[in-house]
Amino acid sequence: MNRVIPGLPLSLGITVLYLSLIVLLPLGALVWQALDVGWERYLAIMSGARTMAAFRITLSTAALATVFNCIYGLALAWVLVRYEFPGKRFLDALVDVPFALPTAVAGLALSALFAKNGWFGGPLAAIGVEVAYTPLGIAMAMAFTSIPFVVRTVQPVLEDLAADVEEAAATLGASDLRVFARIIFPAILPAFLTGASLGFARSLGEFGAIIFIAGNLPLKTEVVSLLTFIRIEEYDYPAAAAIAATLLGFAFVLLFLVNMIQLWQQRRIGTGD
Amino acid sequence: MAREPLIPETAHPPRRIRVGDGPLARFLLIGSVLLVTVLVLVAPLLAIFAEALRHGMAAYAASFAAPDTQCAIGLTVFTALIAVPINVGFGIAAAWCIAKFTFPGRNLLVALVELPFSISPIIAGVAYLFVYGAQGLLGPWLEAHDIKIMFAVPAIILASLFVTAPFVARELIPLMIAQGTEEEEAAVTLGAGGWRILRLVTLPNVRFALLYGAALCNARVMGEFGAVSIVSGNIRGQTNTLPLQIELLYQDNNAVAAFAVATLLTLVALVTLVAKAIIERLDAARVKAQGKPGH
Repeated sequence: MNRVIPGLPLSLGITVLYLSLIVLLPLGALVWQALDVGWERYLAIMSGARTMAAFRITLSTAALATVFNCIYGLALAWVLVRYEFPGKRFLDALVDVPFALPTAVAGLALSALFAKNGWFGGPLAAIGVEVAYTPLGIAMAMAFTSIPFVVRTVQPVLEDLAADVEEAAATLGASDLRVFARIIFPAILPAFLTGASLGFARSLGEFGAIIFIAGNLPLKTEVVSLLTFIRIEEYDYPAAAAIAATLLGFAFVLLFLVNMIQLWQQRRIGTGD
Repeated sequence: MAREPLIPETAHPPRRIRVGDGPLARFLLIGSVLLVTVLVLVAPLLAIFAEALRHGMAAYAASFAAPDTQCAIGLTVFTALIAVPINVGFGIAAAWCIAKFTFPGRNLLVALVELPFSISPIIAGVAYLFVYGAQGLLGPWLEAHDIKIMFAVPAIILASLFVTAPFVARELIPLMIAQGTEEEEAAVTLGAGGWRILRLVTLPNVRFALLYGAALCNARVMGEFGAVSIVSGNIRGQTNTLPLQIELLYQDNNAVAAFAVATLLTLVALVTLVAKAIIERLDAARVKAQGKPGH
C-alpha cells in the first residue's frame, strides 16, 4: 500500500459514500421491493404469457444483434488495426457514435430509415422484408446501440499481437485462414467474448432506441424494458419489481461471466500461453 | 520472401507479409466494412438532418420556438450543469484512490464503479422510484417533510447521476494507473500537500482524459431517456428533458419538430466525438515527444 501519497481516506470515503447513495441504495431498494413480492407471486408474474413473451423476444433479438456485432465488430477492429487507408481516423471516430448519440435519437433515426417510404424501408419492402414494427427492427436498434463493445475490446488486443508467431506459421506453409483460426483468433478470444457479453447485456436492457421502431405490440414486439415501463405506468409495482429484478439478475450473471473471462485471460498471460 | 538473419527488433521492422495483407483480402475487408458502416452508422446520422430539414430551414427554425421545447432545452442544460460537475468530482476521487493506492476490496470497488454501465436505464429508473416514490423506502419520510424528489427535477438529476457515474472514472483510472505514482511521490518529498499535488501534478497529467470523460458524461446526461422517462413524470413544460420532448413530438405526429430537436442532441454527440479525435491526436503527439502515456 502506498503510504507516501496523501488523500486515501478522503477519496475512498467520497467514492464509497457516493456509490452507496447513487448506485447501491436504489438497487437495494429494487431488490427489497422484489423480495417483498414473495416467491409464489413472483412465479405467477414471471410465468404470465406477456412476461414470458417479452423475455423470449428480448433474448432472441439481443442474440441476433450480438451475432451481427460479433461479425461486424471483429471485421471493423481488424480493418482499423491491420490496414492503412484514407479516412481511417474518421472511421475510428464513427465507432463511438452509438455511445455518444442519445438512444432516443438513434431510435428516431432508425424509424425514419426503415419506414415504408424511408431510405431502407422502401427498397426492403420491395423484396418483401419488413423491419419496422417487427422483431428484426428491435434487433436493428439493439445492434446499433451496442456496436462499439466488440470493436473497442478487441482493438487493443489485436494491436498488441506480435507478428512473429503468425509469420512463423506462414513460413511453415499455413494458409491465412488457418493462421487466423489457430493463432490469431485464440489470442483475441477472451477480449472478443468480453465485448460480446457486454454488448449482449446492453441489448437486453435497451429501451430508448427500441420503442421508436418496435411497434410495441404485446406478445409480438414488446421487450422486457418496455414491459417494465408499462407496469410502472399501470402502478403495478410488484410486477415491475419482479421483472426489473430479473433483468438485473441477467446483468449480474453477464458481469460475472465477463469477470471469469478476464481471470481466464490473466491466467493465460501469466503462464505465458 | 527473403529475410536477412539477425534483424534486431527495432522500432521500424521491415515490412512483412502478415495474415490478410494480400490485396484481395484487404480490398474485400475494407470494402465490406466501409459499406456496412455507411449503412448502419452514417445513414442514421444523415437521416436525422434530412428529416429535420424536409420542409426547409424556416420550418426547422420554427421548431425551436415552441415554449415546451424551449423549456426542455433549459431543463436539459440545467441538469447537465449540475450532474456533470458532480460526476467529474466523483470520477477524480474514484480514480485517485483506485489508481494511486492498493487496498483490500479494490477490485470490487472498480466493479462497483463500472456497474451502472451494465444496468438498463429502465432498471435505474424503477430502482429510484422504489427509493423516493410514494411507496418507496424514503417515500413516507419525504412526504412527511414535504420534500418532492420523484416526478420532479431532483429525480431527473439523480437518475442522470446513476447512469453517467462511470464515465469520467473509466477514462481516468487506466491512464492514472499507467502513469504510476513517481511524480506524486516526488511532490510529497518536496513538501506539497494533497490538494496541491492534485491541482498541479495529477490533474494536468490527465487533463485531456478528464475533458473527454466530462464531454461524454455531458452527452449522456443530455441524452438520457429510459431512466428519466420513469422518474420525470413527463409533465410538459415542466419535467420534460430534450429526449422526452423528442418522443412527445413524435407521438404528436410532429415529425419535423421531433427531428429538429434530435439534431441538437446529435450535434452535442458529434462535438463530443470531434473533441475525442482531437484529444487522441494531441496525446499521440505527446507520447511521441515524451515516450509516456499522458492525456
